[in-house]
Amino acid sequence: MSRNLRILLNGIIAENPTFVLTLGMCPTLGTTGSALTGMSMGLATTGVLICSNVVISLIKNFVPSKVRIPAYIVVIATFVTVLQFLMAAYVPALNALLGIFIPLIVVNCIVLGRAEAFASRNGVFPSLLDGLGMGIGFTLALTLLGAMREFLGSGKIFGLEIYPESYGSLLFVLAPGAFIALGLLIALFTKIRTPKAC
Amino acid sequence: MLEYISIIVTAIFVNNIVFAQFLGICPFIGVSRKLSSAVGMGAAVTFVMVIATAVTWLLQTYVLNPMGLAFMQTIVFILVIAALVQMLEIILKKVAPALYSALGVFLPLITTNCAVLGVAILVIQKNFDLGQSLVYAFATAVGFTMAIGIFAGIREQLALSDVPRSMRGVPIALICAGLLAMAFMGFSGIKIG
Repeated sequence: MSRNLRILLNGIIAENPTFVLTLGMCPTLGTTGSALTGMSMGLATTGVLICSNVVISLIKNFVPSKVRIPAYIVVIATFVTVLQFLMAAYVPALNALLGIFIPLIVVNCIVLGRAEAFASRNGVFPSLLDGLGMGIGFTLALTLLGAMREFLGSGKIFGLEIYPESYGSLLFVLAPGAFIALGLLIALFTKIRTPKAC
Repeated sequence: MLEYISIIVTAIFVNNIVFAQFLGICPFIGVSRKLSSAVGMGAAVTFVMVIATAVTWLLQTYVLNPMGLAFMQTIVFILVIAALVQMLEIILKKVAPALYSALGVFLPLITTNCAVLGVAILVIQKNFDLGQSLVYAFATAVGFTMAIGIFAGIREQLALSDVPRSMRGVPIALICAGLLAMAFMGFSGIKIG
């Protein structure tokens, strides 16, 4: 049990994909204009990550190691296509907001990275937990970054007004704010993780 | 003609792929420690992006659309790009060893560069014809090369400066990229034609 818990927590803290591994930067910067879009992108990626991890750990013994990367990419692309159509059908507004970043989950380094580093070497259940943990870590990071940008930029969090919008700094909603906010968050995370650093 | 110039200026400056569209951030952060490798990466991306866009555009127009297989877009495009990169690597090694040794190390990294797949999908979404698509792909890649080149120059200086401990590495680089993006915002609103 404790091993499973460790796998789950690994993705959230020790190997957080955004703050520690700095993988999947494009959606991290591109979809965090608000807390809601950041969280939806995180959840969408989590879905793909769990499904692809499970399927890849199931097929790992049948796929020759020479063609494993293309095989993994096909599995991932299949789930991304399914997700694309589900989102277009049930949440069209959100789908339009996230735009090109939904099909681009295919090339998100986190998904292929976990397939290669974890799912291809472990059983189904640990792989599922690893996908879930990494997904939660990614979702938390994106939600946090989105909330920070939304708060500084327009005085809201999840659309809830904290202070009047006219006092906000629009910069944080625009492109430069994404880079700066993420830089500050990673620095903060590094500081917390290494307590002896002065 | 004016239409092409408009596409070029928009893709390089106004809607720069890195600073305004957030595509290709991984190589932008990962391969920008030294100016020489940044320029090499830029050249490799330019090469692959133009060829990949040409191939995927032709596939979408003459194979996927007439056969009603447009829903296969994501799967087909990523496979084509992955295969193309492998093929280019083999061909370059045989035909142009000098070019291969210059671009070789960067080629495998390009498969997971979301800028290449992103541009291939964007030109379909924008309903560009083949000429426009190629110009757009080339200009976008030039914009990428310029961005990563400028950024590498800054990071070479940054390596020599005294940065607070928890800001070292990626965080300070991201903040510099933010300042650069701010500079690029100065181009927004420029319209030609």
